Amino acid sequence: MPQHKLQVEAIAHGTVIDHIPAGMGIRILKFFQLSDQDHPITVGLNLRSKHQGKKDIIKVEDTVFDVTQANQLALFAKDATINVIDNYEVVEKYRVTLPDAIDSVLACPNSNCISNEEPVNTKFHISESASGVVLKCHYCEKSFNQRLFNELN
Amino acid sequence: MTNPLHNKHIISIADLSRDELELIVATAKQLKQSPRPDLLTNKVVASCFFEASTRTRLSFETAVQRLGGTVIGFDSGGNTSLAQKGETLADSVKVISSYTDAFFMRHPKEGAARLASEFSSVPVINGGDGANQHPTQTLLDLFSIYETQGTLEGLNVAFVGDLKYGRTVHSLAQALSLFGCKFYFVSPAALAMPDYLCEELNQAGVNFEVVDDLEAVIPKLDVLYMTRVQKERFDPTEYQHMKANYILTAKMLANAKQNLKVLHPLPRVDEITTDVDATPHAYYFEQAENGVYARQALLALVLSEEFA
Ligand SMILES: [Zn+2]
Repeated sequence: MPQHKLQVEAIAHGTVIDHIPAGMGIRILKFFQLSDQDHPITVGLNLRSKHQGKKDIIKVEDTVFDVTQANQLALFAKDATINVIDNYEVVEKYRVTLPDAIDSVLACPNSNCISNEEPVNTKFHISESASGVVLKCHYCEKSFNQRLFNELN
Repeated sequence: MTNPLHNKHIISIADLSRDELELIVATAKQLKQSPRPDLLTNKVVASCFFEASTRTRLSFETAVQRLGGTVIGFDSGGNTSLAQKGETLADSVKVISSYTDAFFMRHPKEGAARLASEFSSVPVINGGDGANQHPTQTLLDLFSIYETQGTLEGLNVAFVGDLKYGRTVHSLAQALSLFGCKFYFVSPAALAMPDYLCEELNQAGVNFEVVDDLEAVIPKLDVLYMTRVQKERFDPTEYQHMKANYILTAKMLANAKQNLKVLHPLPRVDEITTDVDATPHAYYFEQAENGVYARQALLALVLSEEFA
């Protein structure tokens, strides 16, 4: 049964983002505008996982993220692993780590924040506290729990 | 020796180190004792109020003039052609900063001053950005404490009233937390210090206590920082009932330490009865006057390399 292990079609070159918590795959696609580019993308949702119960997986062909880009995924999928694929082989594999800041991806939830109406990229400083991951807006200096961004659409 | 604030933006109290805060209050003291009416000769400073704030504007513009500088600007952004023509703040700042040596601004949106600092060719001083920061208020509070107590170190400080929405309280607590002060928070439950700030203070190892009875804590205090509880935040009966517990009267100061000073960012409504004004503890009007010296100190440090 060769397809026993292979839940999503293999890619020749590109990046596989694995171990995404089930439900976050679509959000990641959307937040990082992965589907706006021209590369073929395969998404697997609610796949069975040994460690997570269910997981999502995203395969982006012909694209390699740099570590800074990949680490931004940690906000939504802190245990995600990045597999760099070349000629069907995994040539590099690492787990994402929480970055110090995230740029340009998220809009500030504070409606009175200047970043929502001026020609600037947003930026959030990231820290971990007892109540979870906290994002502090570079402009309005308001802090938001990371969960808030997961709920926004 | 170049002072570390030369050519720096002053946006948020959190950007300033303990040494820089001390430098600013010491400079304010120096300028109060020995005026420097020629320090900013030939300097032009922009005073841009995208939102009206009469007190802050008068205090700031006095500071510029007392140092011999010249002010250009506007006192209410809504009336300007900038607003009417729909120019972005970024573009307005680029143009106005090119005319001037420093850019002082007040704006209704949070983060406006930080944004301005990214487009300005000269130092930006934040005169209030929405509900976010108002660092010159905090600096005048620090200066008033330094002036009356001779130090910022290890003081017992109570904050009373609206601790939830009061940005002056938040920034002052953050600043004083660098100096090992002990805090007492006295407020109605609905206006308590926000959790995120208490967590921050905890992480910084700051000693603080939430107390119910203002009078009981007064004998321990060096500084009593009163704030206004805004009527709009409560229904009328609730307000009447609640307000009674957060009003300071002269009688309550009977057992105060001699050095205790009462501060208030003003305007006061009725949270400090007028009989307190005549006690040696009242310091809120001098505090307002100190705003001019604190703002002079910032201008002097930001604009003159060799100062201090
Ligand atoms: Zn913001």
